Amino acid sequence: MIFVVTAFLFSAIVLYFLLGGADFGAGIIELFTSQKNKQNTRQTSYHAIGPIWEANHMWLIIAVVIMFVGFPVVYSTMCTYLHIPMLIMLLGITARGTAFAFRNYDAIKGAHTQKIYNRVFVYSSFVTPLFLGIIAGSAVSRQIDLHATSFLDAYIFSWLNYFSVAVGLFTVALSGYLAAIYLIGEADNEHDVRRFILKARIMNIFAVVFGGLVFLASEVENIHLARWIFGNPVSLTAVIAASVSLAASWILINKGKRKIIRIGAGFQVTMILLAVGYMHWPYLLMVKGGQNLSLFAYQAPEKTITDLGLGLLIGSLLILPSLFYLYYSFQKNR
Amino acid sequence: MNDFLAARSQMAISLGFHIIYSCIGMVMPVFMAISHYKWIKTSEPVYKNITQAWSKGVAIFFATGAVSGTILSFELGLLWPKFMEHAGPIFGMPFSLEGVAFFIEAIALGFFLYGWNRFNKWFHWITGIMVGVSGIASGILVVSANSWMNSPAGFDYINGQYLNIDPIKAMFNGSWFSEALHMTIAAFSATGFAVAGIHALMIARKQNVLFHTKAFKIAIVFGAIAAILQPLSGDISAKNAAEKQPAKLAAMEAYFHTQPYSPLTIGGIPDTIHKKVNYGIEIPGLLSFLVYDNFKQPVKGLDTIPIKNQPPIAVTHIAFEIMIAIGSTMMLVGILYFIAIWKKRSWLSKKWFLNLFILSTPFGFIAVEAGWTVTEVGRQPWIIQGVMRTSEAVTPMPGIQYSFYLFTAVYLILSIAVVFLLSRQIKMVPELYDRKTEPELT
Ligand code: HDD
Ligand code: HEM
Ligand code: HEM
Repeated sequence: MIFVVTAFLFSAIVLYFLLGGADFGAGIIELFTSQKNKQNTRQTSYHAIGPIWEANHMWLIIAVVIMFVGFPVVYSTMCTYLHIPMLIMLLGITARGTAFAFRNYDAIKGAHTQKIYNRVFVYSSFVTPLFLGIIAGSAVSRQIDLHATSFLDAYIFSWLNYFSVAVGLFTVALSGYLAAIYLIGEADNEHDVRRFILKARIMNIFAVVFGGLVFLASEVENIHLARWIFGNPVSLTAVIAASVSLAASWILINKGKRKIIRIGAGFQVTMILLAVGYMHWPYLLMVKGGQNLSLFAYQAPEKTITDLGLGLLIGSLLILPSLFYLYYSFQKNR
Repeated sequence: MNDFLAARSQMAISLGFHIIYSCIGMVMPVFMAISHYKWIKTSEPVYKNITQAWSKGVAIFFATGAVSGTILSFELGLLWPKFMEHAGPIFGMPFSLEGVAFFIEAIALGFFLYGWNRFNKWFHWITGIMVGVSGIASGILVVSANSWMNSPAGFDYINGQYLNIDPIKAMFNGSWFSEALHMTIAAFSATGFAVAGIHALMIARKQNVLFHTKAFKIAIVFGAIAAILQPLSGDISAKNAAEKQPAKLAAMEAYFHTQPYSPLTIGGIPDTIHKKVNYGIEIPGLLSFLVYDNFKQPVKGLDTIPIKNQPPIAVTHIAFEIMIAIGSTMMLVGILYFIAIWKKRSWLSKKWFLNLFILSTPFGFIAVEAGWTVTEVGRQPWIIQGVMRTSEAVTPMPGIQYSFYLFTAVYLILSIAVVFLLSRQIKMVPELYDRKTEPELT
């Protein structure tokens, strides 16, 4: 059962990254859209993500629940040392979710109030994935010091370092990229399609640049990401697959192959997560001094894992079909 | 403010905020489904208008409920890491099932809100029902997690170790039924009265009377039935507390000295130094009767509990009194409503009658907050009754008061925004829904 549970944990994280990421990305795209096109972008993303954003964010809840039920020590350690970035991420999620709902459901569409909602929406769409990335980066950066004595060492430098911030920026760029790809398929006129293609390209370039930055920062922080990834065959294969698919989508994007580039973008991000995940497996949290919290060593008692695994299996029988039907029903060009 | 107090206050304010949205999230879908059903059956446009007007309000509430729930799932770990480290594997089962229920709720809500004129009307209706069913299921599950904190089960606590963990037994702990029942009924009575009160106000102002009368009726029928059942279920809760948490019961009743013919004290201000209640009315024997069904058997008083294991008495007692006072009032108002529809139909349009409901708008939610104060404060100093102290569970990170101030500000802003948006919804009812010849959408 432990494998079922860890598989669900990994899938929930990947899916949150993809779906939640694309969701945040819509706000990031809006942030970087010129004033005259903003209204169009807003309309497209309202139709594209309105019905599904709430479901997309459930993957985060599922991941958290699996963490605290199945791997309580890992969870409580993260919550203690990464308290501050988690707090900021929560504020971001709150601001974004409410601003999105408010701007669509305000009965009076006043120019002034709409402006406030839009501002809050786009900035929080940027901040939230930034901090999600920072949290993910910090978990594997070995900067968490269980024996720290000062406030700064324990609660600030655990996450405020070059590597974590680079991962944060990388996450932002990937989110924007995913969203742009998704919106290409949802746009209803040729002008918008062009715009989103351009956005996807720009975000892609940013992703490559920030990805390079992550490697650079890892050298500065003595994490040696490059050696790790290129030193193990699975991660290496995954990274190559991601690069090939990136190159392919760069070409295909102009051919109007919407389904294929969507799948390609998802594949690309999944491969990146797989490369990192495999490299760390089974350590979800790596702390200073070489002590790593393995998912196996710190798992909850047998009975809990069994019940949790069963609950997740049965739950997914209910969830997955209805979720697919939801996505299917609200696709623009189905 | 010290960190421990700040952490408790932050937890309390977050839960106190979230519970309002959860109640609405559980109950409004049911109301909408009823109105939706009436629309499908009768084709009277007013029912479609009510459904759509409500669903816009619900979308606002749902988003706020979802984000505040997300905050809570993290806060359990952020504020109480030691608690989650041990409790997570034991009481996590309802949370994982709750996750499933939320997921279904979020999916169904997507279909429902964006599905007008897109799907078969019955499929669309069913998705609305699913929102309600999964909302209620998640409410029951999360309350079952809370009841485990009040009556821990499903593990053996030996030398500081948590052994022989059984999450299913933990989920069906001794308090889950009474708590889940009382909470579900509370959600219906609180939301029913609040919704009815707002529509009563609009009727009294003679705005869109047809629309608001129909809406009022759907809400109040549920609210009134729930309000009449509430004290009965409260009695089950009190008996359960007497058995599982005698300290809580004694604090609720501000009952200091164990004695036969134990009295029930109504009102009053507990004086913990002299161990008595000032200005209260004592009814001898009634407490014994409520707990044991006979007037004589002594109920355990606070004198049987060491001071260091006693909850804050004044807060618990006063919160309990508020809940009882409101519960009794709401029950009476509920009974009056049924008298009106069966015997005195003329009351229904009378000013005083409407005023009664307008006045009752916030009552249910005040009682909900008071009831949770009883449950949570009454459990102190324990986070897991008899097993772990709240002070042992708190995060080691200093400076929690700043996060408390921050979240207080966030909740304040959100509350203001929600009230503002809701009042705009209501203001727009005439324009959006009151046209006599509304173009029929098919
Ligand atoms: C509309 C709201 C409402 C109303 C009118 C009442 N209650 Fe209540 N009460 C709640 C809403 C609530 C609650 C917020 O839902 C609580 C908190 C935890 C729970 O399960 O329900 C609660 C808790 C609660 C508890 C503590 C249970 C525990 O901690 O184990 C008791 C003993 C009662 N109630 C008893 C009553 C009685 C005798 C009432 C009779 C008038 C009453 N309540 C009216
Ligand atoms: C599953 C549901 C719930 C869980 C798991 C839970 C958990 C907790 C925890 C961990 C604390 C901090 C420790 C403590 O002071 O006892 C707490 C405190 C508190 N909670 Fe709950 N709670 C739940 C439901 C609620 C709800 C719905 C409310 C609604 C208002 C609430 C009100 C409070 C209050 C007022 C406190 C502060 C108690 C004090 O002053 O010491 N709780 N709860
Ligand atoms: C520690 C306590 C709690 C936690 C961790 C928690 C967690 C959550 C989460 C994560 C959500 C968002 C789900 C979504 O996006 O659909 C949520 C919403 C919800 N919660 Fe809670 N919750 C707690 C307490 C409660 C209590 C005490 C109740 C009810 C009695 C409740 C009932 C609900 C409901 C009905 C929703 C749906 C949101 C809506 O319809 O507005 N929750 N909660």
